[in-house]
Amino acid sequence: MDVFDILGPVMLGPSSSHTAGAVRIGKYAAMLLKNPAVKADIYFSGSFAKTYKRHGTDKAIIGGILNMDTDDIRIRESLDIAVSKALDFNFYKTDIDGAHPNTVLIELTDKYENKISVQGASVGGGNIIITKIGDTEIGIDGKSTTIIVHHMDIPGMISDVTNILARRGVNIGKFELKRNNKGGIAVMIIEIDGEISESVNDEITKFPNVISSTVLNAI
Amino acid sequence: MKYNSIAEIVEEAENCGKKISEIVLEEQSKALEVSENEIFERMKNSLEVMKASVEEGIKSNKRSISGLTGGSAAKMKNYVDSGLSICGNVFGEALVKALAISETNACMGKIVAAPTAGSCGILPAAVLTVMEEKNIDTDTIVKSLFTASAFGIVIAKNASISGAEGGCQAECGSASAMAAAALTEICGGSAKMCAHACAISLKNILGLVCDPVAGLVEIPCIKRNAMGVSNAFVGAELALAGIESAIPVDEVIMAMKKIGNSMPSSLKETAEGGLAATPTAKELTKKVFG
Ligand code: SF4
Repeated sequence: MDVFDILGPVMLGPSSSHTAGAVRIGKYAAMLLKNPAVKADIYFSGSFAKTYKRHGTDKAIIGGILNMDTDDIRIRESLDIAVSKALDFNFYKTDIDGAHPNTVLIELTDKYENKISVQGASVGGGNIIITKIGDTEIGIDGKSTTIIVHHMDIPGMISDVTNILARRGVNIGKFELKRNNKGGIAVMIIEIDGEISESVNDEITKFPNVISSTVLNAI
Repeated sequence: MKYNSIAEIVEEAENCGKKISEIVLEEQSKALEVSENEIFERMKNSLEVMKASVEEGIKSNKRSISGLTGGSAAKMKNYVDSGLSICGNVFGEALVKALAISETNACMGKIVAAPTAGSCGILPAAVLTVMEEKNIDTDTIVKSLFTASAFGIVIAKNASISGAEGGCQAECGSASAMAAAALTEICGGSAKMCAHACAISLKNILGLVCDPVAGLVEIPCIKRNAMGVSNAFVGAELALAGIESAIPVDEVIMAMKKIGNSMPSSLKETAEGGLAATPTAKELTKKVFG
């Protein structure tokens, strides 16, 4: 935690968890989709479901999906801007079992019918935790660059990927490996210091047993 | 930030013969790997946003998105300008600013969370008021924000700055305590005095629950910002007079954490208890949500 976590973010009111945090979760979802979204389905859970309208959480999420920052005054008109950009959006109230009270699930679709889903919680002071990407449960705060690699669960994968990072002088801050069953599909979640170029990602994707690799920048 | 207690910060400042803000600026420059100048400029930018949110709040005189609140800052400003204020200009202006920023926040205006959006009026109102009324230079004010932040980090690490976790003592309380430390440094108090100011303001607000009507950051939050800045002045004035807190600040923070833990969840932002559960609050909630 640094001084700007305490004195900040610079944001639009009225609530750091209902507006600033929501913008950041929306932004994260948009980054994962890569292309601009044409459709957004947004499921509010817990306290978000109860008060999202009066806190402007709906505007904040859409603003984030449209790549606005937490202090962008256009967030106030983000729903109109979304309409003018032909983004079709719907809000739903739901109850996600065991989730943090301020949780939202965002499903985005681009014009090529690519879909992503991101579940995140706004945990106070504008800080967030992304709790799920697709079916993968994770726990990242979006403060460092994160690489998510889906791959076959075979020996040597970790060293293949981390060697590439080592060669580029990239320092790993956190590493997590998940798999559902032996020999099936596994996921590496790697948080690194600083930023990396797309070419590193291309290199990782070239391994025959890598299914996909995505770099998510810090937000 | 590497410091885990306010005692550590005070000790380091005393050992180096420096102000708290100076050692925090140095430490953060190292931790964030950017120059002190760059960090300073970033904080200066936050101060500019704070000033702008005061202006917007006084001028716009708007109602909030829910329609529940608005217009208090403008009323307060008229009153202070009329010269009738009981406590005079300094205090009156501080109240105007705290209300203005909180109302800007409730209208989806631009603010700096300090440490949260709900409590965003307290610290800026405190430092901007002394800046104007005592003609303090901008650099001293910007620096004081580093002192406030460092104390806020310690509170966040060891207790909480979120109403949902610790009640309003954790939000408006932390903001008051941070502001008290900043005021003390601005007015020439020692590092130890900053710690006492922080302790006194935090002690005064222990036990305050978070009970926002309809779950919105408006009632009682806007007026609690006015209370928060007055509490910051109490802490700073007492400390600057040489009065010490009998309970060391780090222990006060621990006490706040324990009090927060033992508060029922109905009094922690859920809008199920306290003011939020009064008959009038229930009526207002119906009006807002239908
Ligand atoms: S009552 Fe609750 S929401 Fe309002 S300022 Fe205090 S902590 Fe924040």
